[in-house]
Amino acid sequence: MVRFENVGLRYGMGPEVLKDINFSIAPRSFQYLTGPSGAGKTTLMRLVLMALKPTRGLVNLFGHDSSRLDGATVTELRRRMGVVFQDFRLLDHLTVYENVALPLRVLGKEEASYRAEVVELLRWVGLGERMHAVPPILSGGEKQRAAIARALIGRPELLLADEPTGNVDPALGRRLLRLFMELQALGTAVVIATHDLALMDLYDAPRLVLVDGHLHVDS
Amino acid sequence: MSIPDERHEGAAPALPPNLRRDQPLVPVDSIAGRALVAVIAILTFLAALSAGAAVLTARASEQWRGTIADEMTIQIRPDSRRDIEKDVSQALSLVRALDGVAAADAVPKAESDKLLEPWLGAGLQLVELPVPRLIVVKLRSGTLPDMAAFAAKLRIEVPSAILDDHRFWMTRLSAMANTIILAGTGVVLLVLAAAALAVAFATRGAMAGSRDSVEVLHLVGADDAFIAHEFQSRFLRLGLRGGATGGVAAIVVITILGWIASGWSGGPEGEQLRAMFGTFAIGWSGYLAIAGVAVVVAVIAGLVSRLTVRHYLRALS
Repeated sequence: MVRFENVGLRYGMGPEVLKDINFSIAPRSFQYLTGPSGAGKTTLMRLVLMALKPTRGLVNLFGHDSSRLDGATVTELRRRMGVVFQDFRLLDHLTVYENVALPLRVLGKEEASYRAEVVELLRWVGLGERMHAVPPILSGGEKQRAAIARALIGRPELLLADEPTGNVDPALGRRLLRLFMELQALGTAVVIATHDLALMDLYDAPRLVLVDGHLHVDS
Repeated sequence: MSIPDERHEGAAPALPPNLRRDQPLVPVDSIAGRALVAVIAILTFLAALSAGAAVLTARASEQWRGTIADEMTIQIRPDSRRDIEKDVSQALSLVRALDGVAAADAVPKAESDKLLEPWLGAGLQLVELPVPRLIVVKLRSGTLPDMAAFAAKLRIEVPSAILDDHRFWMTRLSAMANTIILAGTGVVLLVLAAAALAVAFATRGAMAGSRDSVEVLHLVGADDAFIAHEFQSRFLRLGLRGGATGGVAAIVVITILGWIASGWSGGPEGEQLRAMFGTFAIGWSGYLAIAGVAVVVAVIAGLVSRLTVRHYLRALS
């Protein structure tokens, strides 16, 4: 479903931050993306999200060459992915409920058609009492859970989560991990970028390890 | 624990009553928004006043033309060697014989003397003065007698008579009215262009300010049309607010001016004003023009913001 072949990326005239990246993500798979901070995990995720274009190599997404996509296809492919950003990227002027409902709203769905679903998911991630709050008054952990709920609400085929447990206590971290595993069982391919070794030890899965811009698979 | 997989239609969870839903996705930056509304209101006000002035002038010029075109005047100059009363009756019989003349009447001497009153004062004995006499000729509307031939004939038969068919004044008044209408239309167009530019700048500002939001919207699967629509609906609303405010202000100002003008109607200024503008009212066509300007401003705000956003998004990708 995602395939990288000899992908390299540099910003402007700087040095290559990603070098000769080769890997693929199979449907219904589960893998960690790990490596020291600054190794390029977020950059790699942005390549998958088509927010960046590779300077060389091939990025194939759902059978499409990402360098030859028109706007409509990019939108269509993004709708098949869910993403949890490291910095959450919630819209500060919207409530938690509205933020989580956003992927459904941009599809043009009626609010009444997804209200129950959004509320149920919010209650499940423990934000039932906070759904009318706006992100600036949430704690880090609450923002994280809102960001995760937003990534899940559209039932994506591919979930990319950048440090999804970075701001929550270990108990909630384990609960979220179980949620990701359950999501995988339901048919979603899951990629979790993390450098939390304790988390990775909880559930054994292939690790894509990024070091100095090079990637190797550690299974 | 389970991922919500099926909807519980029967037991929809109760929502907190204070849950805000479907807020605008583009952050409503109230200060910039208010400033834009003020700019649009001022521009609409100016454009609406220009449109109102143009409509007023158009109506007045129609009135002048209506009254003047069907009328002409023959002036009999006093000549000590001629009998003025005889000249008047001769000219009258000549003009009455003309095709297309509905009525021709000499202005009685007392009335033509009265015309001089404002300049010479009342109670002056005018018998001694050589005052010209006037013949007012009403034409049947739609007919145009051969004026040149009649003027030549009149010059031979009654040398002291001068025919004035008002055409000179009509062309001058029409030219003036058309200039005012043209200038008013030009001002409206310029103001619309200025409003479009103001909205374009404001949209660019809003886009730059919500670059993050736009990127998030893109990444959660919004297409350019959706984002452009969000901006467009917001700016259309701002445009409607500004346009309505400016239009209503213009209508109020015009109504007050009309009211003041009607208060003058007793004095000579009032008569002159009425002669120039008829009654100082813009009528339904004027109010429609003002409402039209306001609506066009709002529509321009919506369209320009949409185009600006589409352009910006294309540049972004």
